[in-house]
Amino acid sequence: MNAPVGFKTRSLNHLEQLEAESIEIFREVVAETERPVMLYSIGKDSAVMLHLAKKAFFPAPLPFPLLHVDTSWKFQDMYALRDKVAAEPGIELLVYRNPEAERLGINPFDHGPLHTDMWKTEGLKQALDKYGFDAAFGGARRDEEKSRAKERVFSFRDRNHRWEPKSQRPELWSLYNAKKGPKESIRVFPLSNWTELDIWQYIYGEGIEIVPLYLSAPRPTVERDGVLLMVDDERFPLEAGEAPVERSVRFRTLGCYPLTGAIESEATTLAAVIQEMLVATTSERQGRVIDKDGGAASMEKKKQEGYF
Amino acid sequence: MATLLKTLDAPDAASQELERWIEATQNKSLLRFITCGSVDDGKSTLIGRLLYDSKLLFEDQLSALASDSKKQGTQGEELDFALLVDGLSAEREQGITIDVAYRFFATDKRKFIVADTPGHEQYTRNMVTGASTADAAVILIDARKGILTQTRRHSFLAQLIGIRHLVLAVNKMDLVGYGQSTFDRIVAQYGEFARQAGIDEFTAIPVSGLNGDNITSRSPAMPWYGGPGLLEHLENLPVGGAGSAEPFRMAVQWVSRPSHNFRGYAGRIASGRVGVGDAIKILPAGRKTFVERIVTSDGDLDHAVAGQSITVTLTDEIDCSRGDVIVAADNQTEPVSRITASLVWMSDEKLVPHRSYWLKVGTQTVSASVDLVDSIVDVNTLAARAGEPLCLNDIGQVEIDLDRPVPAVRYRENRKLGGFILIDKMSHATVAAGLIKDLPANAVRQPSGVSAFDDIVWVTGPGRTTWAAAAVARLKAQGRQPVLIDDAAVAVFPGDDPVRTAREVALLVTSAGVPALITVQALPGETHPGRVIDSSKSEDGGDEWVI
Ligand SMILES: Nc1nc2c(ncn2[C@@H]2O[C@H](COP(=O)(O)OP(=O)(O)O)[C@@H](O)[C@H]2O)c(=O)[nH]1
Repeated sequence: MNAPVGFKTRSLNHLEQLEAESIEIFREVVAETERPVMLYSIGKDSAVMLHLAKKAFFPAPLPFPLLHVDTSWKFQDMYALRDKVAAEPGIELLVYRNPEAERLGINPFDHGPLHTDMWKTEGLKQALDKYGFDAAFGGARRDEEKSRAKERVFSFRDRNHRWEPKSQRPELWSLYNAKKGPKESIRVFPLSNWTELDIWQYIYGEGIEIVPLYLSAPRPTVERDGVLLMVDDERFPLEAGEAPVERSVRFRTLGCYPLTGAIESEATTLAAVIQEMLVATTSERQGRVIDKDGGAASMEKKKQEGYF
Repeated sequence: MATLLKTLDAPDAASQELERWIEATQNKSLLRFITCGSVDDGKSTLIGRLLYDSKLLFEDQLSALASDSKKQGTQGEELDFALLVDGLSAEREQGITIDVAYRFFATDKRKFIVADTPGHEQYTRNMVTGASTADAAVILIDARKGILTQTRRHSFLAQLIGIRHLVLAVNKMDLVGYGQSTFDRIVAQYGEFARQAGIDEFTAIPVSGLNGDNITSRSPAMPWYGGPGLLEHLENLPVGGAGSAEPFRMAVQWVSRPSHNFRGYAGRIASGRVGVGDAIKILPAGRKTFVERIVTSDGDLDHAVAGQSITVTLTDEIDCSRGDVIVAADNQTEPVSRITASLVWMSDEKLVPHRSYWLKVGTQTVSASVDLVDSIVDVNTLAARAGEPLCLNDIGQVEIDLDRPVPAVRYRENRKLGGFILIDKMSHATVAAGLIKDLPANAVRQPSGVSAFDDIVWVTGPGRTTWAAAAVARLKAQGRQPVLIDDAAVAVFPGDDPVRTAREVALLVTSAGVPALITVQALPGETHPGRVIDSSKSEDGGDEWVI
């Protein structure tokens, strides 16, 4: 954050505080573990995490590599940004693909849940073991779902990468206990206290580069079971009579392209995306009034106009 | 957001308005608070209501709430706000420890982080954990029940942990006919208790979480109440800034050395402010120098204040490493190796006095042992009892020995540097949280370096087996349970170097406060932790080293 130069006493705003806290977490981990790594998934949370890590160690280069656990099915735009990041000076990016999944040609069209399991879950464990990483930064946030609300910032794994609920430690003040036994490892979540809105505001305020798929553009899509999928490359098996249709779409989250649903939207700017996603309760209350006035149909119409 | 919505009919104006809104809300402040209440006081409903009424909710969260309410809700066709904060019960059934859940919401003015501590079984541990970072505590009271033991318990813990703003939310006012007399009676009763407990200030607000009275707006049902609603009150509590008036202190987290000509000290400012050219001192060594630059990736700063994460460079090349604390040059802090503290025990395993634990304070981790448990506070009666071991959820007044001097700060002077945790050396669990109370005079001890090693004895010489057996018996007679590490014991690890195995096992057991006797033959001149006793010479030397 650009702090005004020469200010006397002031208190930090919420984004500055979140930023300072995340930086503190990065530094603690680097000071107290032997071989940390950042899990880089190319999404918006990873983008923010990377930005914060650079700030934490400036002017030194990142004291740990980035690890992309690849599935070979990400969007082309994601690979483009990843390669751009990897080319930055001072960045070491490791890409790991589970060789077994590669050999078997595991893919989301034919193999269902096995795809995620082998490429991502197994791939991650293999990569961590291969390089001997003892701490891995991840971009998960507590606000993502109710059950994550009680997650710790430091989450401990035994030597088999199992989460041991009994051995999770209370976290007081900003005193993180990073002690662990041989072969045990830690997952660290520096964005724990950020909300989705914080992430977007920070990206907006700091001008952080994100994958363009987050913004609307005309893209070739097909609709399957009510989900809009983007036909991102020639591997997409079109069914008989199915033809890609150009629609103006964007994505709220990014993963493997055959598993990621698009939403139709005209939001071509960051500000417009933020607007589309937010439902202020004031609007909800007004919404009820509108509802009474014009019935459910008027509500539906408002929705289509990007009210929600 | 409200202004934003008005302009939706004019798209261009809307996008400008949107950008203005985004800019404005970049500058929200942040308030962390904890909610305290027992099961059924209405905590979930209240938090859910706050989230719902003020959070900038996302579309999918909202539709999920609507469908959950229909399926599982207790409120018929109405939204059941408690469902917004659920997600803990499943874990509770599986026996997973839940200490604190964190929830987030925001208004145009402020972002809020709520630490929600469930259950009463582990209440002390959970509440202390959640409260450690909180600026305010909302203590829930069921208007029908009034002040209960647990109300006093919550207030005591909130005060112990240094929460500045106490809010008494007298809930379920709808069930007492929104009556002023009930509210007044509860407030008077609490005022009486607060005076005795040394609580200077609190704010009481009559609310109904279920109906939303005095939550986000003032309730027409209680015209006799002239104060702010709960959210308005939380929005206006002063935060931050306070730390800036205190003396400058920053614990060094990490030393940055990207090249020969740059050496920076990275840390987060715990209190006060620092400016380029300021005279500073590095503790515990006490060397003085000046701040040369304050480096951030957004450019150098002239000044920085409490809460900021920065990197400083100094005008002199002096020794400064992780764990050191940079303070203003005129700071009088003397490093100490003995502290008195309030210790909140958080582990199922009891405190073992004199066992060596890791103590982490600031960015420094040292060996420490709890020397003396003066008294234990009974959190239910707030009475002190003495002469018992410290167990899970106990709060004890203790004296702690550190193996080297650290620049300790009293907790009431600084929460960030005055709080510490104790870590079990074997399990690595965080077993206790501590608040530094005082720094007894003459409490500086020179670093002993190997305090844990006093309990390791290598027995050499021809009669070592017999000698060791006698020593084990002697120790047992004194109530200690030594571990004998002989050739048979290390043979359990075939292939490993027996001397190394003996050494590792000895370090492990002594770190748990258990003495170790080793009879494995080591080469003379090899350096080992502990001491060597030649059994052929000192037949009864045993007594001398038994601690
Ligand atoms: N009448 C009334 N009932 C309430 C109020 N707040 C909560 N309740 C009810 O009290 C019960 C317990 O509430 P809940 O929020 O689950 O309590 P928790 O255990 O403290 O989280 C539920 O049946 C709620 O509907 C209130 O302000 N007025």
